This record gives sequence, structure tokens and C-alpha cells, in this order.
Amino acid sequence: MTAQQPEATLELAREFGLSAEEYENALKILGRKPTFTELGIISVMWSEHCSYKSSKVWLTTLPTDGPQVICGPGENAGVVDIGDGDTVIFKMESHNHPSYIEPYQGAATGVGGILRDVFTMGARPIANMNALRFGSPDHPKTRHLVSGVVSGIGGYGNCVGVPTVGGETNFHPAYNGNILVNAMTVGVAKADKIFYSAAAGVGNPVVYVGSKTGRDGIHGATMASAEFTEDSEEKRPTVQVGDPFTEKLLIEACLELMATDAIVAIQDMGAAGLTSSSVEMAGKGGLGIELVLDNLPMREEGMTPYEIMLSESQERMLIILKPGREEVARAIFDKWELDFAIIGTLTETGNLVIKMHGETWCDMPIAPVSNAAPVYERPWEPTPPQPALEDSVRELPAQPLGDILEKLVSCPDQASKRWIWEQYDSLVNGDTRFMSGQADAAVVRLPGQTKAVAITTDCTPRYCLADPVRGGAQAVAEAWRNLSAVGALPLAITDNMNFGNPEKPRIMGQFVGAIQGIGEACRALDFPVVSGNVSLYNETNGEAILPTPAIGGVGIMPDAMMAVGIAFKNEGDTILLVGETKGHLGQSLYLREILGREDGPPPPVDLTVERRNGDFVRQIIRDGLVVSSHDIQDGGLLVTVAEMAMAGGIGANLAGLDGADAGILFGEDQARYVLAVRPENAATVQERAKAAGVPVTVLGKTNGTALTGRGPEAISIDRLRKANEAWLPGYMAAGVE
Amino acid sequence: MKAAVIVFPGSNRERDAVAALEAASGTKPHLVWHRDTELPKVDLILVPGGFSYGDYLRSGAMAAHSPIMREVKARADQGVRVLGICNGFQIITEAGLLPGALMRNAALKFVCRTVHLRVENTDSPFTAKYRKGQIVRYPVAHGDGNYWADAESVKRLDGEGQIAFRYVSDDGRDDPLWNPNGSAGNIAGIFNAKKNVLGLMPHPEDAVSAFHGNTDGKPMFDGLVEALS
Repeated sequence: MTAQQPEATLELAREFGLSAEEYENALKILGRKPTFTELGIISVMWSEHCSYKSSKVWLTTLPTDGPQVICGPGENAGVVDIGDGDTVIFKMESHNHPSYIEPYQGAATGVGGILRDVFTMGARPIANMNALRFGSPDHPKTRHLVSGVVSGIGGYGNCVGVPTVGGETNFHPAYNGNILVNAMTVGVAKADKIFYSAAAGVGNPVVYVGSKTGRDGIHGATMASAEFTEDSEEKRPTVQVGDPFTEKLLIEACLELMATDAIVAIQDMGAAGLTSSSVEMAGKGGLGIELVLDNLPMREEGMTPYEIMLSESQERMLIILKPGREEVARAIFDKWELDFAIIGTLTETGNLVIKMHGETWCDMPIAPVSNAAPVYERPWEPTPPQPALEDSVRELPAQPLGDILEKLVSCPDQASKRWIWEQYDSLVNGDTRFMSGQADAAVVRLPGQTKAVAITTDCTPRYCLADPVRGGAQAVAEAWRNLSAVGALPLAITDNMNFGNPEKPRIMGQFVGAIQGIGEACRALDFPVVSGNVSLYNETNGEAILPTPAIGGVGIMPDAMMAVGIAFKNEGDTILLVGETKGHLGQSLYLREILGREDGPPPPVDLTVERRNGDFVRQIIRDGLVVSSHDIQDGGLLVTVAEMAMAGGIGANLAGLDGADAGILFGEDQARYVLAVRPENAATVQERAKAAGVPVTVLGKTNGTALTGRGPEAISIDRLRKANEAWLPGYMAAGVE
Repeated sequence: MKAAVIVFPGSNRERDAVAALEAASGTKPHLVWHRDTELPKVDLILVPGGFSYGDYLRSGAMAAHSPIMREVKARADQGVRVLGICNGFQIITEAGLLPGALMRNAALKFVCRTVHLRVENTDSPFTAKYRKGQIVRYPVAHGDGNYWADAESVKRLDGEGQIAFRYVSDDGRDDPLWNPNGSAGNIAGIFNAKKNVLGLMPHPEDAVSAFHGNTDGKPMFDGLVEALS
């Protein structure tokens, strides 16, 4: 039946990314040699990207339940109850390899893909976020990658009309050959209008909608499952091209169809395109599916079934309709001028059958092939602990404190990312209360309501490298803290696990450690994982990235107007420090940027203290006692206060820091916040802290245009702001594009 | 005041516009689909922001030739007020309701930030509620906001009072460094000769409430309601 197609030999299977054992297993399941098309389908189904074969055994250890969880991992995105019949639906996903090869389209289609994962479930997307990691600023490719990725994210998100409201950007040489582009979408839906992917109803029509299928992205999932080498740039043809206008039409058309009751199940065509969508939908429903590809909308002539099944052309969805609703659906897609084609039916055979030109190109059982997707318990080594730093590291160097602070607020990781976020439409829809730079978490109101979701993305990769367990826990704790710092109740997370080659025990140990730390923190903070994505093989020529488990956290605010930002607002407010400061400098920004060292253990994470302090801060914000709030993270206490001052254009007198050493000023102890409160409320806040067992100390008061109070030196806010704002635009302008 | 908001498939700020109009007038505007050929009887037509048909060509070039824009032009000729914001400014300019053209931002990047504007002319219901010379803050969010007209035309627009808003520094100075897109004469918005049509790049509709942290756009909608009710 496959006269003109190559024979599905072991050699070909290897080229498709399958191992010899996996190929043998395929022969055993089918009881014969697969066809060329079948081999292609099996290879993507069993790819790391689609099967999670290295990560599955560990992912199942994560807590995914809670009273707020409506749908955890396994669907297109996680669904969380936010009361009043509303839900929030979200997920974060990587598009690392494509973004390195072709930064604009790679990043753009990353945004498109994650948007589809969310609106597939019936949600209107209300916010996008992104977590980006680039190589050293000195690396010759970095500028080009920053420029392309940022304009790709903006180009897509701005056009579809979903505000991009925040994220994070780091630079480190470990990402020189393998950047990370993690995109997150948050949407909202009514609890009784959520759509799932499990097919049902033998004989129901299978409908294809959206863009036409082309030859782009064939074997993209396989590319995402291998290490990079020198010649990876030759893989540019496997990068897809995005069309945000079509995505916008697809969002509107799908939501319009979802408002009727025509849909049984729906799924986007993401990685491995039509293969994974048809196989997953039928597989979850325990059914078979027969596709006839002749009528499928195609962009190019002469496409083979193999190419059609493996294409990763963007902006496409697969829908199972209720019988007799074809014309209702067709009319909606006609209105939005999108392709609509009935391409198959659900069957009771349990087989995936693909027909074209009157021939059968694939006829294989879905469940045995899906179930046989390999699951590996890869050997792993725990990461050895880092020795503690010597006490003398806490002595401040003999240079003006202003110089140290200026250097910290202008280093690449800490410098203002305005150059990036001004390229994103953060305001469209008019529901953005806080975006990047204004608060610890973005705050976006639900359409037509007063309540809002708070969103953050967090990870400190240098902590994760030094101690993956602690680093994983810290990433979750920081997300939880950032949500609490605006006054939101943290609800759940999505995790985007970016690691190197899992076949190396050292790397696998980083993954295992991070999962352990994440699990521990999620359990302690009632902050379950509801969706996620794993990106392995982030290595180029054998060099792995820093372990980067990016956490996307979502919380809820009953009223958006209750949320507080980081900016100092008034002269004379009392500045309070919440939490205990021991002066932990291991793996701190200060250590790296000022002393040129990247050693020591990362700060300990005490989840009981984290919870107690965060619950306290959230409550006093909701009681209207807090004017400004900022959690203490990279750079420690003094950098935090400087950021609040720069954001508000108001300085601070910090008498409470007289005599402080580097540990106090720049240590990165966890579970801490800086608050500004009206002076008349300071005593109330302190009493309530005492009652809650939360350490609170007075740092000083907001005042003037400089940071003062430690000896004669006044550090001008204007000077800090200039340094903070200047680095990124200066860096980007220095390049020749 | 009765208003209509024109919706193209790629419009994405129609909700913001509807909210601002409804808050000011107490009435929900009509949403008119791009393929419609008739407009209801209205006092104001608003062409909102977005990416009309994707705008992969010159922004607004295709939308200017859509069926509904023939009707918008006819109404504008009859004196009905037309407000084009951002992509709407691009569309009505491409449709010939306003002189000049909108090009890629000089920095070749999309820009979303709050800018300072000087109200240059208050002789229209769009701007009547502002003081001449008043400095206001509106957000911008565009990639193609670089208004171009030759020097002589800019001079003529200025002389005829057709320049509605100019980008200025935070203390109200004319300074091209504060212009987000490189537009000629720091122009942010212009009227047609009869001043019944206003096109502007910044978004007054995203600056109308305490929630936005900025109410500088509200007088525009209040002024329209007052003049047209």
C-alpha cells in the first residue's frame, strides 16, 4: 500500500529519533513492519517532546490536587476555580530550540501555541507573560536573539489583542548556545463552559478548522527532543511561521462556536500537528479515528500523508462535532473567513486509519502504540552540596555604597527591561491594573468584573544549579510570595522545566532535585501544579543550560483596586521590613556582580515561615494598611528599597540600616518583604505582626530624592534610575543589526 | 449621543472604545461589522485600534477599501463626527478622510508607553473640554504611528488649526526626543478641514478611569457626549 514511499527500516527509524529498542517494539506491536507514514507517526508520538518519556515518572510525584483545582495536568491547560462560576485557565510552554534558530518566528509561534492551548479549553485569553533566558551579553549572537525574540513575542501578542503584562529576563553564558523562551497565557472561562479533548460518539464528524496545512515544522517535535550541534541552524525549515491575524480569527470563531452546544471535544494542533491531536483525542475517548486527507485544506500541492500528519503549520484546530451541527459550525467559520473541512469520523475500531487518493496509508491501533510510549527511569546523581561561604564575605568592600548599589541595579539581570516591555502592548482590553515594573505580579481584571487575577513567572537558575532541590522550592516560594506581595491569594502554578540532556546522570539529577523541591513547596503552600511543560536536551555541543524550572503562578484578588504596587507613593511613609534577615550571601547577585564569585549554597527556604509571612502581608494589604509592597529577591534589601524609590521617584531615609554589613544589605534570605505604610498605621501593622508571630522592623521613612541614613553618603535616586534604565537600551543600540 | 464602533476582524481595542463611550454616554454603542454596508443613524462613528485585516501590508490599506468604509466616508462628508484611534487613524487616513500617511515608527519597533501630549486646538467637540495648550497623558501602543506629511502641508495644517495633539516632553516642551514614533512636526493627532473628523495614534479610551490610573482621556468622551446629545 505504500509503493512510492521509502521503506521503514531501522536506519530510517534512527533518523526519525527512535532507538533500536523502540523500533523493535514498534514491530512487535504492529506484528509487521510499519509503513513510512506509520513510522513517522510513531516516532513523534514516542519523542521526548510528546511522550515525556524521561520525565514522566518524576512528574507524577508533583501535587496536582486541591479544592480549587478543576482540571490538573493532562489536558491542554490547567483549570482553577476562582468563585462565582468563573475559572482561570493557564499554562506555560517552551519554544526554545525554534527561537534560537529563528528568533522572530520561533518566539512568535511559541506565543501562538500557548494561546491555543488556553482558548482550546473555552477560555478567552486575558494576559500573556514570558520568561526569557539569553546568553552572555558579550556573546556575538545575544543581541540578535534578544531583538528577534522580543519583536516576535510582540508581533504576535500585539496583533491578537492579548496584553503581554510581564515576565522575566536573565542573561548567563550557560544559555549562549541555547536560549530559553517560555511563554505563558492566562484565560478565563465560565466553569460550565470548559471544553476538553476526549473524543466521544462513534460516527461523530472530525472537523479541521483554521489555517491551511503546509510543509513547515515537519519533525519539529523531534528537533525539540535532541541536543543542538553546530549544524542546527540548518534546521531552520523545521521552524514554523506564525500568522497572528489568523490566530485572532481562530480565537473569535472558536469562542463563538463554543457559545453554541455543537462541540464534543476540541484540541489545537501543536507539536506533532494532526498526529498528536487526532491520536490524543481518540485515545482519551477510547475510540478509533478515520481520517480522509483528500479534502484537508492544503497550502502546497502534492503533499503526502506523511507530510500532512507531521506538519506543524500553525493556527489549526481539530474539533469533534455533535452530529447534525456541521452547518452551524461551518457558518461561524465562514463568517471569520477560516477554512473548515470535515476530514473524518470517530470509529469503534480503536485504530488510527489514514486514507488518501483511495489508498490506506496508516492503520494501526492507537492504545497499544500510545501505551507503549517508552517510560524511562533514567539514572541520576544528586547534586553535591556547595560549601558555606567564609564569614569575612560579609565585610563591605572599601568603596562607596552608592557605587555598589549602582552596579547592582544596572547589571544585566537587574537592569530595567523597559526596552523589552515597551514593545509589548500591555494595555489592550483596558483591564491591566499592574504590568511589568509596577508590582511584584501583574494584575489583570476579569472582563466586566472588579475581581482580578495576579500573575507572575519566577525562577532563579543560579540557585537551581547550586542546589536543585532548594532552587526548585525557592522558585515556587518566590512565585507564591510575588502574588502575596500584591495582595493576591496564590492558587496554583504551571511549571516549565528547562534542562539539559536527561541521559546524563548529572543533568537528570538536577531535574529530579528540582521536582523534589517544587513538590515540597507546592505541598507546603497549597499551591498545586495544574499544567506544565518539559523541555529537555537544552544543550549545545555538550554544554548544558543552567537548570531552569520556570514557575508561572496565578492568584486571585477580589477587587483589582485593592492590589498594591512597588512604588513609594508619599513622603513620610514608614518603611517596614517583614521577615528575618540573617544575611545569606551564597549565590547572591552581590556575590556575583560585586565580588565576581558564583559559589556558596543558595538561601534556605523555610516554607512554614514563608507561609506565615505571606499570609500576614496579604491580609494587611487587603485591610488597606499598605501603600507599597515589594518582596526581597535578587540583590537583597537595599536593591529592593532602591527599586521602590526608583518606581515612585521618592527617596528614603534608612536610619534602621545604620552599621549594616553586606549580608544585611545584600543578602538574599527568603520570605521577606519591604512595605511602606502611612505613619499612622505603622503601630497597628506592628501589633498585628506581633500577634501573628511575624518579625517586623522599622527601616526608616520615605523622604526626599535620595537614599540616606547610613553615614554621610546620600545615594541619588536619579543616579540609580539612570543607571538602571540605561543598560539595556545602550546594549541594544551598540549592536549592528 | 448615539455612537457606532466599526469592527474589523482584527480590531482589538473595540471593547476599550465601547467601555469608554458607554461610561460617558450611558448608552451602549452599536457594533458594526466590517462586511455590513449600512450604518445605523448615529452622531459619532468610532474606528478603533487593532490590526484590521492583519495589516501585513501598509496598516489600514486594505480596511480603507472595505464595504463599511464607503459608508463611513459618506457620513463624514455629511458632517457626522468620526473618531479614528490608532489603527482607526491609519484606516481613515488611508481612506482619504485625513491628509498625510502613517509609516513605521522611526525606531522600527512597536512602542507601548504613556506619552505627554499638548492639546493644540479646542475648537471641536473632541477637544472642547480641554484647555488650549493643556498637557495630557495618554498611552500609545503602535508600530506604525509615524505620521508623515510634507513640510508645507504640516505648516498648512498648523495654520488651519488642524493639528489636534502634539507629542511633548513631560514638562510641555517641543522636543523630538519625547516623540515615540518620529512623526512630522511631533504630530499625534489631526482634524480634517471641517473638524468633524479626528484621527490620533494615542489611546484616550485607555485613560478614562481610576482603574487605569489616568483619566486624561475622559474629557474627550465627555465633550462628545455634551456636544452630540
